[in-house]
Amino acid sequence: MKLCGADIIVRTLIEQGVDTVFGYPGGQIINVYDSLYKYQDEIKHILTAHEQGAAHAADGYARATGKAGVVIATSGPGATNLVTGIATAYLDSVPMVAITGNVPTTQLGTDSFQEIDITGITLPITKHNYVVGRVEDLADTIREAFRLAVSGRPGPVLIDVPKDIQTAVTEYTPCEPVLPEPRQPAKEMRITAAAEAINQSQRPFIYFGGGMINSDAQDELYELAERLDAPIGCSLMGISAIPTDHPRFLGMQGMHGHYASSMAMHKADCIIALGVRFNDRVTGNRAKFASNAKIIHIDVDGAELDKTVSAAHAMRGDLKLTLQRLLGLLAQKKLPEWRKTIEGLKFEERGATDNREGLTPRAAILTLNKYLKPETPVATDVGQHQMWAAQSLAFSQKRKFISSGGLGTMGFGMGAAMGAATALKEKAVLVTGDGGFGMCLNELATAVTYNIPLVILLMNNGVLGMVRQWQTLFFNKHYSNTVLERKTDFVKLAEAFGAAGKRAETLEQLDSALKEAFESKVPFVVECIIDKDEFVLPMLPPGGSMDDIITKVDIGGAEND
Amino acid sequence: MTNFTIAVLVRNQFGVLNRVTSMFRRRRFNINSLTVSETESPELSRITVSSAGLETDKNQLINQLYKLPDVCSIKELDLVESVTCELMLIKVKNEAETRADIRDAAQAFGAKTVDYTRDSITMRLTGTSRELDAFVDLMRDFTILEICRTGIVSLERGATTIRKMEI
Repeated sequence: MKLCGADIIVRTLIEQGVDTVFGYPGGQIINVYDSLYKYQDEIKHILTAHEQGAAHAADGYARATGKAGVVIATSGPGATNLVTGIATAYLDSVPMVAITGNVPTTQLGTDSFQEIDITGITLPITKHNYVVGRVEDLADTIREAFRLAVSGRPGPVLIDVPKDIQTAVTEYTPCEPVLPEPRQPAKEMRITAAAEAINQSQRPFIYFGGGMINSDAQDELYELAERLDAPIGCSLMGISAIPTDHPRFLGMQGMHGHYASSMAMHKADCIIALGVRFNDRVTGNRAKFASNAKIIHIDVDGAELDKTVSAAHAMRGDLKLTLQRLLGLLAQKKLPEWRKTIEGLKFEERGATDNREGLTPRAAILTLNKYLKPETPVATDVGQHQMWAAQSLAFSQKRKFISSGGLGTMGFGMGAAMGAATALKEKAVLVTGDGGFGMCLNELATAVTYNIPLVILLMNNGVLGMVRQWQTLFFNKHYSNTVLERKTDFVKLAEAFGAAGKRAETLEQLDSALKEAFESKVPFVVECIIDKDEFVLPMLPPGGSMDDIITKVDIGGAEND
Repeated sequence: MTNFTIAVLVRNQFGVLNRVTSMFRRRRFNINSLTVSETESPELSRITVSSAGLETDKNQLINQLYKLPDVCSIKELDLVESVTCELMLIKVKNEAETRADIRDAAQAFGAKTVDYTRDSITMRLTGTSRELDAFVDLMRDFTILEICRTGIVSLERGATTIRKMEI
C-alpha cells in the first residue's frame, strides 16, 4: 500500500511490536504526530514534560523489558534535549531507538529554524545513526535500527527524518519484527585454555555485570558457582540479575560495594568476569587492582577485552553460550579454605553493618524493602541514595533495579521509573534525592496525567550528599555549592502536581507513609528526612586500592570554613 | 611501540569517514596516516590507517572499528607480505647554485620533475614512507617551498584479498 513517510514510521514501529512510545511534538515532527493520532488504537504515545524525561522513560522501558525503548522528538532543541538520555542508554548498553524530525532535505545545512546536526552530535553516543535521505529507505532503516539496538551489546540508535521524507509517499509492505543477530559462543580454543586456568585456581571469584541480564545466563552462572565453590559479586549494572539472597552472592563491588564482595575479589587468585567492563569505579587504582589474580574475561563486545585491565584469558562471545561450553570443561571444586576466608569476610562485614537506631539511610531502604513485591521495578537517580539503594535493596527478579551506572545521570530516575511502570504495568518505585529529583521533577505532571503508578521515596538531606561526602573527606569540608537549603515543601509540591505526599521524620512515620503510598491510587511522594552528614560506606577513595578502603568516618568538629 | 597498518573496507556512505575518524578522536588513537578511496565496488570504500602503539592499542583500535556498523572488513597489513607505497609532491626553490644537486638527488630517488619554472621545481616521488622521508631530509639542504603527501596505501601480495578478520 502507498503511505506517506510519517505513516510508514508509525506503521513500522507497530510492525516491530512497539506498544508505547515516549516523546514530545514540534514543527518538524508534526506529521509523525498526525500519524500517531491516526493509529492511536494500536500504539500509545506518552507525552512527557521535557524530551529528556521521554528519553529516560524509553530507557526505563527498555531496561525493564529488554525490548528497545522508543522516543520521538522534533528537530533542534527537541533533539538536543534527548542527548543526555541517549548518552545514559549508551553508557549502560540499553537498546533504544530515537526518532527525530528535521528540516526538509533542501534546507539541511543552512542553519534553518530549529535545525541541528543531531547525527553529528550523537555520533559518539549511539551505536549508529542515520539521516534518512529517501522515503523508500525509511522502513528498512527503522528495521535495521531495531536490529542494531538489540543485537550483541545493546545500545541506542538514532534516526533523523527530514520533514520532506515524512510527507513523501511510497509503497509500504509490512514485515515481521526483526530478530537480533544470532549469538555466538567464544572460540573453542580460548574456552579450553580458560578452563585449564580456572581448574588450577584455589580462590576463584565470579564477577558479573549488565551482560548477565542481557544474555540471560543466570542458570549457567549458578552452575559455575557451584562447580567452582566460588562466591559471586557484581557491578552496579548487574544488580537484580540474581536474587539478592542467593547464598553465594556477596553483593555489589567497587567504590561503594559490599566489603566482603570487594575484599573477596581482592584476595581471589582467579576472577571470572562475565559481561562486565572493569570500570574505574570498580577497579580503583588499576595498577593495584587484583594483582594476585588471573582474570578470565567473557564479553560479547570484543573491545571491552583488555581495554582497562588485561585478562589472562579473554573471550569474545555470548555469555550463556560460552559458559555452557566452559562448564563442560570444569572440574568440581571443593575449597573449604576459601569458603572459610569468605565466611570471615562476611562476618567482618556484618560486624561493621550500620545498625544505628532511627531514620538512617539503611533503615529507610530496609523499610522500603518490606513493601516491594518481586515484580516491582525500582529506579534511582544518582548520588548517595543510589548507593544506599544499591547496597540494601532486596531483589528476587531480574531487570528490577533501574539505575544510571555508566553516565551517572542525575534526573534519570523520574523518567526511567515511568518507563518501567508503563512497560510492566506495575507500580514502580523511584528512590531519589533532593538534588536529582530537583532536576526532572517536572515529570510528576506526566505521571499524574497518565496515572502512572509511582512511589517516590525522596531521601531529603538538604545537600548534594555525594559531592558533600567528597568535600568532607578530600576537600577540607569546604562545602562549595552543595548546601541546597531550598525552601521547597515537597508535600505541597506533590499536591500541586495532582499527586499525593507525606513527610517522614522518623522511621515509624516513614513506615506508615510508605504503606499509604503503596496503597495510593495516584503517584505518591514520600519525603524522608536524612541527616546531611550521612555517608555512603564503605568507600574506596578514587584511584585507591583495597588497602585504602574507608569503612568508618568520624567527621569530628565544626566545618572548617 | 610499533608501527602498524590496517586496511578497512567500509560501506561507501555519506559521512562514513567522519564516523571512523570521530571514533579515533574520542578514543585518542594516534593516527600517522589515513587514506580513503573508492574500490573495485562502488558500494565500498577502503581506508588505510597507519598508527603506532602497543599490541593492546592495536587490538583496541581494531575492535573499536568492528563496532561501527559501516565497517565491513578489517585486515592488518604485514609490511613484508604486502605492497605499500605513498605518493609525494615536493616543491623546492629553483636556484642556479643548487639546481644540479637537486637534480642528482631526484635522479637517485627516481623522483620525476612534474613542474619546472624559473623559481621552482616540483617533483613527484612514489615509494615507501621511509624513502619519502629520506628524500625530504635531503631536500632540507635546499629551500623546500611546499610538500604534499598522500599517506600510505597498501595491498597484500598474491591473490589474497581483504576479508573479515577473525579475532
